This record gives sequence, C-alpha cells and structure tokens, in this order.
Amino acid sequence: MSDDQKPKNIQDMFERNIFALFMASALAISIAGIVEIVPLFHLKSTTDYTEQTDKYGNVKNERFPELVWERTFTEDANGKLVSEKALYKEDANGNFVLADWKTGDGVRPYTPLELAGRDLYIREGCYICHSQMIRPFRDERERYGHYSLATESMYDYPMQWGSKRTGPDLARLGGKYSDEWHVMHMLRPQDVVPESVMPAYPWLADNLVSKDFFGTERDMVKRLSVMRLLGVPYTDAEIENANKAIAGFTEMDAMVAYLQVLGTMVKLDDSKVYRQ
Amino acid sequence: MDTTAKPQYNDGVVKYLTVGAVVFLVLGTLFGTFAASQLAWPALNFDIAEITFARLRVIHTNTVIFAFGGMTLMATAFYTVQRTNGVKLWSNGLAWWTAILFTIGLLATVVSISLGMTTGKEYHEQEWPIAIAIALVWTLYTFNFILTIASRNKETHSHVYVSNWFFMGMMVAITYLYVVNGLAIPVSLFQSYTLFAGVQGAMIQWWWGHNAVGFFLTAGFLAIMYYFVPKQAQRPIYSYRLSVIHFWALMFGYVWLGAHHLQYTALPDWTGSLGAVISLAMIIPSWGGALNGMLTLSGAWDRLRTDYILRFLIISLAFYAMSTFEGPVMAAKSVNALSHYTDWTIGHVHSGALGWVAMVSIGAIYHMVMKLWKTEMYSMQLINVHFWLATIGTVFYIVAMWVSGIMQGLMWRAYDEYGTLAYTFAESVAAMHPYYVMRTFGGFLFFLGAVVMLYNIVMTIRTAGAKSANRVESLA
Repeated sequence: MSDDQKPKNIQDMFERNIFALFMASALAISIAGIVEIVPLFHLKSTTDYTEQTDKYGNVKNERFPELVWERTFTEDANGKLVSEKALYKEDANGNFVLADWKTGDGVRPYTPLELAGRDLYIREGCYICHSQMIRPFRDERERYGHYSLATESMYDYPMQWGSKRTGPDLARLGGKYSDEWHVMHMLRPQDVVPESVMPAYPWLADNLVSKDFFGTERDMVKRLSVMRLLGVPYTDAEIENANKAIAGFTEMDAMVAYLQVLGTMVKLDDSKVYRQ
Repeated sequence: MDTTAKPQYNDGVVKYLTVGAVVFLVLGTLFGTFAASQLAWPALNFDIAEITFARLRVIHTNTVIFAFGGMTLMATAFYTVQRTNGVKLWSNGLAWWTAILFTIGLLATVVSISLGMTTGKEYHEQEWPIAIAIALVWTLYTFNFILTIASRNKETHSHVYVSNWFFMGMMVAITYLYVVNGLAIPVSLFQSYTLFAGVQGAMIQWWWGHNAVGFFLTAGFLAIMYYFVPKQAQRPIYSYRLSVIHFWALMFGYVWLGAHHLQYTALPDWTGSLGAVISLAMIIPSWGGALNGMLTLSGAWDRLRTDYILRFLIISLAFYAMSTFEGPVMAAKSVNALSHYTDWTIGHVHSGALGWVAMVSIGAIYHMVMKLWKTEMYSMQLINVHFWLATIGTVFYIVAMWVSGIMQGLMWRAYDEYGTLAYTFAESVAAMHPYYVMRTFGGFLFFLGAVVMLYNIVMTIRTAGAKSANRVESLA
C-alpha cells in the first residue's frame, strides 16, 4: 500500500521502528530518577544540613551541631591519615574500647565489632521483620522515641529502614535492655517474650565472629577500607587494628554490640524542629 | 514421512521455560506457605539457620518473583515475539544460553540466600557475582528480543504489536534499575557494600523495589495480557488508542512511585508527596488497561462459562484493577500512616501477585502448553479445580491480611482513657495469630492449585508424546 510508506505521526513511527521505540521508552523511564533522586544528593535539607567537608568523609553540621561527631583528618609525616580524636583504642588490658567518643556525641562510624554485628544483622535478615525508622507520630514517639533523622543512617551501607514491623522498630533499641537480656532473647525469644514469633538464633553464640562463610576469615580491615572508600571516615590506625578488635568475640557479642549502639549516637534536642 | 513441514518457530526453549515456570510456581508457593506457617507457629523454624523465617521469606520472594515470574516472562516473550512478528528467534542458541544461565542464577540465588549471603536490600538480595550474572542474562534476553523484532518482514509486519512494546519497556526498565541499585563494592566473594547509604540509598532502593512490581510484575504481565487475552477470546483487543495511552503512561509514571514506600520517613517530604500524587494519577492508565483487556470480551462473555483458561485471564484483570486502586489509596499519606509497616502491605502485594500476576501467567501457560505440544489439556476439569483453589486461596489470603494489617495499625496507635498507649507491641503480635493461620490456609490452597497444574501439564506432555508416538507407528 502506498500510504503505508510514510509514518503518519510519531506513534506510528515508533511502531515501525523498534529502535526508536527503545530509545523513547528508555527516555520516559529515566525522567523520574532524574527528578526524584538526583536532587537528594545535592539539597542540604535532605541530610538535615549535615555536610561532608573533605574527601576522607569528615562531616560537620552548622545548623544542628549535636547531630554529628566532628573530627578532622590530617596526614602525618609517614603519609598516614590521623585524627586528633580516636574512635576506639586498645586499653592497658589489651581490650579494644571506645576512645574519644561518648554516648550522645553525635553520629560516628561503627567500630569494627559493631560493623561485624551489622553484617550479621543483614545476614540473618532482621530487616525483614524489624524497621529502623521512627515516624513523627505521637504513638511512635511514645513507643520507640524521637523520630529518625537522615543523618542517623548516613553511614549505613545499605540503610536498614525496613518496610515491615512483624516485630517492633529497632531504631532506638540501644540501652533499653541489658546485654544479658539480648543474649537470652536471641537464644530463646519466647522465654523472654511469650507472644513473640521470632525465630531463635542459637548459632550466634557458638560461632566466632572472625570467621566468615565456609570457614574463611572475616576481613574487617578490608571492610573498613571499603567503607572509607564509600565516604565513612576512619583513620589508618582504626582500619589497621580492625581485625584485632574483633578477635575472640562470638557472633552474639558482635550482634549485641550493634543492637546496643542503635539510636544512642545522637542526643536529640526536643525543643528543636529537625524536619519540616 | 512428511519432510516439507518444517517447524515454523523455535519452540524448544519456550517449552523448557514454560515447564520451568510451573516447577518454580510450585516451589515458590511451597516456600511461601511454609514461611507463613512459621509466623503462625514459630517452632517451625527448628533452630535451623538456613530455613529461619527471614531467610525463607526472601527465598520465597525470589522464587515467585524472579524464578516463576522471570521464567514466565521469558517463555511468553519468546513465544509471542515469534508469532506477532512472523519470524523465528534472532538467535535460538542465545535464547537457550539465556534460559540455562538464568536457571543457574536462580538456583544460586536460592542456595546463597539460605546460607545467609544477601545484600540486605529488599527484592535485590542477590550478592554481586549472582547479580552480575542476572544482569547479563537480562541484557541478552533484551538483545535477542529486540533483534528478533528488527528481523521481521516489514512488508507483512509493518507495525510492532502492542504486547512487544510492553515486553521491551519491562526489559529496559528492569536492566537499568537493577544495575543502578546493584552498584556495590565487593569485600569478599560472598559480600559487598552498596554504593548508596541512608536516605539516598533508601530512595534508590525503592525506586528499584517498586518497579520490581511496576515493571517486572506489571508491564511484563500486561504484555502477556495484550497477547493472550485476545488470542484466547478470539477477538481483537478492545481499543488500540487505550493501549497507546496505557503504554506511555506506564513507562513514564511507574518509575516515580518508589517514593510512596517512604512516607513520613527521613526522606524529604516533597519526594514522598510527589510519589503519592503520581501514584494517584496511575489509577487512570491502570484502569484503562484493565478495561481494555476485559472489554475485549464484549459480546463473548458467555465463553467464561465454558472456557476455564479465559476465566484465569479475566479474573486476573479484576484483581489487577482492584490492586491498582488499592495501591494509590495506600500511597496517600493519611492512609499510609496507618498501613505502612503492617500486614496490609503484604495483603496488597499478594492481591497483585497471586490475583493478577499468577492468574494471568497460569492462563497464558495453559494456552501455550496446548499450542506448543499441539494437543488438548489432559484434563479441562482439573483446570477448573485449579481455578477455584487459586481464587479461594487468594481471597482467604488477602482478607486475612486486610483484617490483621488494619488491626495492627489501629492497635499501635490506640490510647486508653488515661492517655497512654493502650497496647504493648507484644499484644499486637498475639492478636495476629488467627489471621496468620488463616493466611497460611489461603496460601496452602494456592499451592495445592499449583500442584494440580503441574500434574495436569506433566500428564498433557506425556499423553502428547504417546499420541505422536502412535502416529509414527501407524505411519510405519
């Protein structure tokens, strides 16, 4: 047919040319990401005005200084990254303990043991049933605490906000129960909370956290280095000691260390409006 | 011997994928039913790490979405692209490689998740080696599909049929979103850290997450609808114009919806509102599409009485219409404040996944099995049995989740006369028990239906084999 030769309109052209249709749909699909996602990397309000100040991942927050633990990195004579404040240190007894950071000093990177615990939290799929994101409602405030801020998960690769509360929210779990309670609860949840439908995790107490899948070593040095690459500020010393800092601990210890730090990093000020 | 009648299409790979899809449907619903019973009776976790609820639930979602859904999408795309363009596949060998590699990737996903290897990103749990393989599979699938369309005879097939638009849109979107959300730095062979943290990570995660639903489970299955509903009803699609609007609105609109998963979270308000507004607007194209499918039956409604396969296809559109109405309602902030974090979301997903995706796939698979093996089904009556098991199972499931979800939401926000919270969290968990049992029962019915389907299809293939053997014998 002669009138079939020329496309009548743009839709007709797309239907005749699959490559044109391909390009047009790819374009239509990309728009949402450009409008919804790209600004989140640039608007300061997205992260409660917390800003990264250097390539190592150091941060500051001028509007709400209580949100972040500020420190600065410098290179020493040997070209190593050092800071005036240390996240953790080895004490006189050879234990690795928190150094210059105190509870409530602001969001900081996880210690190696906490980070290992967080990896286990992900391995066991805790996020399937527990959220870490408190919404600004009266009942959530009374049940869980102050609503969550973006800054609080800025070092979470990936975030664990969750989408379902088969169990309660854990964003501010830290400090609510004792370490012993957590151990009992993970060994036999129904002994502690009879109504619970949570599975038991007895193997956490049996396994050393320094071991990974199939008996390989859990390389925390590598993990912390990757974290710094992603923008989490660790000094060279903190990275170098990372494997020593988890030596001898069980998976249960690591998990409890992570659960106990949740929501304790920041002391939020009730008189302030952090989010519009 | 008849040597002139060469096979017109490459159907071997389609047969493989079709049977694979049904096997994964049985497995996926079995995993789901077992995971559901673990919530009703937590002792069923047996203290075995590999089958604890959280891992099994992820295995369930991956098996039903990516294994059953993915194999169905591959089978139907390879089946319909040949028939709507009047050509063989651009490369039959590549199609086989795609199918085999995909099967390996899926099995590796199931095993690795049961061992605890996961990215911790919902609906994107595959760790980096498997994720790379899956992305590669999807690219090969897209490539083969588009080149098959490009190789058509433009004299006889000047325009590309609408089902192909939807298939292609799905393939492009899935590859693009899956790859971006999957960007990560490996720390070992079994683990990686994603490139995106916190609030940006959450938005990117749900930008992908909602479109595992919007494109994988919607656009792809609409392509199935646009081919198989007219074929089974033996009538042309109701409206060409409506399908054009449906297509472009879906391509543009669906990608925005992820933000509605993050209402009232630390995601900026404007992003959530934007997600909610576009979600509401999506009712129009969704219902347009559902009507387009249903009205194709105008003047032939009586066939629903006799054609059980058509029943699956049409009820799937009813569920599609229902869940695409429910979704935007739940995206609205005031409703989301109640529904978010509750079982209502799970119910909503299943009204879409069981009612729409599985039902339309089942209809299409029965249709394809008869064409591919050139025979009637072993038992039409068993298709009817399957239809009722699936429908009643779905209704049980979603009703249980509506009640438990709304109840949870109301209990969490309830205050007593002294102005303090009326219920502890544990009390809300205890109150869910009867509904978790009911949900397990609904899921079990759906699983039984899948078993009936597998039996019916295996018997059909066996009798088809026997028939053709008889034919050869009688010729000799």
